[in-house]
Amino acid sequence: MWTDPAILEWIFILVKIIVIFGLVLSIVPYTVLAERRICAWIQDRVGPNRVGFQGLLQPIADALKLMLKEDMLSNHVHKVVFTLAPALVFMPSLMVLAVIPWGSAIGPMTCVLSDMNAGMLFALAVASFSVYGIALAGWASNSKYPFLGGMRSAAQMISYEVCLGLSLVPLFMQTGSLNLSAIVEYQTQHGWLMLYHPVACFIFITSLFAECNRTPFDLPEAEQELVSGYNIEYSSLKFGLFFLGEYANMLVASALVTTLFLGGWSLPFAPFNAPATVIWVGLAHVGIFVAKVCAMLFLFIWVRWTVPRFRYDQLMALGWKVFFPLALVNIVVVAVIMACRANL
Amino acid sequence: MNAGDALFLFFSLALVLSALMVVLSPNAVVSALYLVLVFLFTAGLYILLQAFFLALLQVLVYAGAIMVLFLFVMMVLDLRKPCRWWDGNLPALMGGPLVGLAFGAAVWATLRRTVWPEATSETLFRGDLAAVVTPLFSRFLLPVEIIALLLLVATIGVVVLTRREDHP
Repeated sequence: MWTDPAILEWIFILVKIIVIFGLVLSIVPYTVLAERRICAWIQDRVGPNRVGFQGLLQPIADALKLMLKEDMLSNHVHKVVFTLAPALVFMPSLMVLAVIPWGSAIGPMTCVLSDMNAGMLFALAVASFSVYGIALAGWASNSKYPFLGGMRSAAQMISYEVCLGLSLVPLFMQTGSLNLSAIVEYQTQHGWLMLYHPVACFIFITSLFAECNRTPFDLPEAEQELVSGYNIEYSSLKFGLFFLGEYANMLVASALVTTLFLGGWSLPFAPFNAPATVIWVGLAHVGIFVAKVCAMLFLFIWVRWTVPRFRYDQLMALGWKVFFPLALVNIVVVAVIMACRANL
Repeated sequence: MNAGDALFLFFSLALVLSALMVVLSPNAVVSALYLVLVFLFTAGLYILLQAFFLALLQVLVYAGAIMVLFLFVMMVLDLRKPCRWWDGNLPALMGGPLVGLAFGAAVWATLRRTVWPEATSETLFRGDLAAVVTPLFSRFLLPVEIIALLLLVATIGVVVLTRREDHP
């Protein structure tokens, strides 16, 4: 019964869902801890190091604290939308993870939940939904600061989504596929795409910073002017879900950069540059993927505590007047180079 | 009834209900949210028809981009006063259902007369971009270019019309 392919398929799907949930729910709280420790390190402070060894139990203490807080619901909010908004921030990031290959193969199990042909298109389509959560949180709070934060976030995310999609076009032209597994396989054979498309890589990562509302583009929650932006009226686990959502978005962004530009689960030497045939290589691939994602997360944190926030008009000018034309020019340049190589 | 039929029933019923709520909801922002649901359920119907690419575009363009802009504008307009459907004037209340019935009759009459083609091969739209996109760049190149030009003209028109004169 266990060896029946149909049943085995279902078991694999279950295992993959559990692994993805496990990765998110274990990496995200520790990203928060890493953020606080690295921020302290950059600012020459100590940071949280009291709860458990070197503060390793701090995320658990934080989660417990959030759960025990009172769940406030003011009278002037739109209750249904107000409650829905935090879930709308968190959900899209989990859905994007379904198409990201987090390893090659462990035994007979491929390490991607849904090997979709238009995988990247699915990722962009689903990711475009996270703006609803923040914009609606701002609107439903029915209060000035959250509203301003929500509006800013909506304008910012619409603007940078355009650059996000356009910057990836050269990649698709070169690899000839929107399937993320195929893009990783291409990189195992031809080297990392970051080396071919540094401009696209730069635009993509910077736009991701804007999409995740991270510094230098954290205008939706700019503390000095908006107190804390779209999530002021939230407390307890609803606030916790926003927090979780923000860091889960960061995790997904890191996973996307890893998959698209940094070779996914592969390393450029044997036996890590081909799909695994034995189990230990398969497990090593998962480890390599997680390590690359962690390196990207470190970049996110590093930039946040190094670069100051942009002004709102600078943010819009950068998106529309610099990145948008640059991405278009990049597409044309890559197309010309590809045409020349094909014909000469 | 197999799983496909059940899903079709679910998606179409949910779609009709959400579409009704778009009209009946007293709050404009909530109406817009129901419209997002309508787009999502339509995408579900596309997936049942094996048109994955179309479904993804539906979500990406309509639910992900256009409706966000709609919401943005509605929030800026700040529509506080709820407008319920029974607050409308009598001609509108009577005319709406009449127009709806007439439209429904027209659609029904057309559907009855249509000769449906045989089901196309399932592989055509199975998330396969090349099958969908290649005709756009070969057979339908001219219409695509003309539409692109039209959109550009409309965009420039909007920019010109809404431009504020800085000097009096």
